[in-house]
Amino acid sequence: MSISKEMRSDIEERYKRNLERPRIVVGLGTCGIAAGGNKVMDAIKAEVAKKGLDVDVDFTSCIGMCFAEPVVEMALPGRASVVYGGVGPENVVQLIESHMVQKTPVAEQAQIQILGGAEAYEGIPAMEKSEYYEQQVRSVTWRLGRTNPERIEDYIATGGYEGIQKALTMDRIAIIDEIKKSGLRGRGGGGFPTGTKWQFVHDAVGDKKYIVCNADEGDPGAFMDRSVLEGDPHAVLEGMMIAAYAIGADEGVIYCRAEYPLAIRRLNMAIKVAEEMGIMGENIMGSGFNFKVRIKAGAGAFVCGEETALLNSIEGQRGMPRVRPPFPAHKGLWQKPTCLNNVETFANVPNIIRKGGDWFSSMGTEKSKGSKVFCITGKINHTGLCEVPMGMTLRDLVYNIAGGIKDGKKFKAVQSGGPSGGCLPTEKLDLSIDYESLGQAGAIMGSGGLVFMDEDSCMLDIAKYFLNFTQMESCGKCTPCREGTKRMLETLERICEGNGVPEDIDNLERLAKVIKTSALCALGQTAPNPVLTTLKYFRDEYEAHINEKRCPAGVCPELLNYTILADKCIGCGVCIKACPTGAISGEKKAVHVIDPTKCVKCGACVPKCKFDAIAKA
Amino acid sequence: MAGCACTGEKVDSPQDLQLMDLLGHYRGYDGSLIPVLQGVQEIYGYLPAEVLEKVSQELKIPFSKVFGVVTFYAQFHLKPRGRNIIRVCLGTACHVLGNAKVFDRLKDILGVDNGGTTDDLRFTLESVACIGACGLAPCIMINDDTHGRLTVDGLEDILAQYA
Repeated sequence: MSISKEMRSDIEERYKRNLERPRIVVGLGTCGIAAGGNKVMDAIKAEVAKKGLDVDVDFTSCIGMCFAEPVVEMALPGRASVVYGGVGPENVVQLIESHMVQKTPVAEQAQIQILGGAEAYEGIPAMEKSEYYEQQVRSVTWRLGRTNPERIEDYIATGGYEGIQKALTMDRIAIIDEIKKSGLRGRGGGGFPTGTKWQFVHDAVGDKKYIVCNADEGDPGAFMDRSVLEGDPHAVLEGMMIAAYAIGADEGVIYCRAEYPLAIRRLNMAIKVAEEMGIMGENIMGSGFNFKVRIKAGAGAFVCGEETALLNSIEGQRGMPRVRPPFPAHKGLWQKPTCLNNVETFANVPNIIRKGGDWFSSMGTEKSKGSKVFCITGKINHTGLCEVPMGMTLRDLVYNIAGGIKDGKKFKAVQSGGPSGGCLPTEKLDLSIDYESLGQAGAIMGSGGLVFMDEDSCMLDIAKYFLNFTQMESCGKCTPCREGTKRMLETLERICEGNGVPEDIDNLERLAKVIKTSALCALGQTAPNPVLTTLKYFRDEYEAHINEKRCPAGVCPELLNYTILADKCIGCGVCIKACPTGAISGEKKAVHVIDPTKCVKCGACVPKCKFDAIAKA
Repeated sequence: MAGCACTGEKVDSPQDLQLMDLLGHYRGYDGSLIPVLQGVQEIYGYLPAEVLEKVSQELKIPFSKVFGVVTFYAQFHLKPRGRNIIRVCLGTACHVLGNAKVFDRLKDILGVDNGGTTDDLRFTLESVACIGACGLAPCIMINDDTHGRLTVDGLEDILAQYA
């Protein structure tokens, strides 16, 4: 079966009609659910039923505004739809009454309005003009928060499966050439040109070939793949189908981490309905092309995000990387030629085939084309998911999209690329976000996690955190990674405890170099990056820890001392109660004192003091 | 458990029947070990030693290899687990926003350490590298529910939702 013109226009027609009805849509991605979206949904349904309103209640995935979750969209016929943030079950009644019944939006709680050709409301920023979205492009993520990911009709009505339909009429090499022309590069972090990879697998000799989607998103601070899988599962499937057709594969595997149950559920639903509709399976759209896909749930090993470890894991082995060459393009899954791409890479493919490689390459820089989805988290005002054209500066991202640093504090660093990446300082804020610039600065593009830090973050603590992570997740196959990361971590821990010696810096650098050049896979090769970049840009902090036994950011507990300021303490006794170890003493209305031998430096007293009388240094 | 300890006789408990189904479903498939182990854990809540031996025989995979795979992946457990699994995210964003304090408080409330299970098998407490809800940091996951923007004071109310 195929999707005929009539069928498509019929589905589009129905989709448009639904959009013209009064609607309330709740954001139910993992983030929305975590923030209480389901309770909001229940409250809305109850209120709509109680009032007997003729209103459709629906759900969508994550629109990207994590900072505003739970997010609810309300729309009346002919008017723009308004996206409300921070909606709790308690303000549902008032929102529905005001917006849906009185037809007056609650401007104070509105985040944005989405015009879509309808009449706008006064006093609410339009999506394209809002602080969060103005500099974004919505290319891979555009269905997120706009369509219902569990309805294939929503996907088809918005151009879905047009890519594969077009691809099936094209020559295989022409598809690969179109991808090459687009300049698309691997979005999982490596940045390898996708078209070239497809070409390798296409050219490889084999009676059977596989397509594998790497959805083992494991970098701390990264959740774009989860958002895409939850919000647009069909796009990933379509991308895989196009790739399969181009390289000559008939079987695909999605390796998704088990920690993403909602993503797995929505993918399973998508596969099932696509098979039922004949979009996937045997003789797809009458072309003679067969394709089936299954999901393999990960079992909790970060290293399985590395492509060869992932393949071993699919085969039922321990997820340890293989020695390359041979590369997966020649000997991958079950020793057959295998094309492995990341979720976001596949999700880009249908658009490229539909709109052409030139459309995609018109965005971005000379060598990094298109857009990239980032997860922006940490000490910023707008945490969430954003998609920006390659080449945007970090400064624009921090101060425009992310809304600046929380509580008016100073930007100190941004960590890009997770455990494989690095920390970039204020001086690098004007860096363009693309594979080359980030790589030259010592960080990497990585999968797209950006964690922002303010002046209260200790760079050694961050480096230690990442090393601890890689050290724990090191699979143990090769010595440089297994032993080297452990030794580096021990050195860092010693420094943070105040037992560092000046040679430590040289030793860290030397060890880092050895690991980088000799580890078997990318996990090990990039593990020293957090240490190397912090050493490069924040060397003074290392020196302060080692030479002055001082943590400038006031984070490392062993190097901290809490004292009560005599001129501010009024002797109220609140801190005495807050102290878990009984280290604080003092008569009522007399200045209290902390006994440094009993203090465990937990900091529990600081927020309890209303007079800012407890200082740490 | 597969088999009754007091008599040594094999008893076909509903779990054992499910196990037979599972093994029947995957027998002969390449690369079935991990899905089978995931299924076993789903059935029994953990991976009992005698069931692993059975898996090894049925799938014709050496026990040493089965054990190697089990101990490699963080998801597999050789000891019984609580009915509710609390996973405390120690991701970067959670780390920066102080999830260590949430973790400490949970340890206090439950009286167990990282990886421990309460005596009544109600909760198992563990840490996880990152659950990918960084926008809501600090956060924890209980079973499949993510709880975000936590404060130390709100934890008892959250735990009360899980029997």
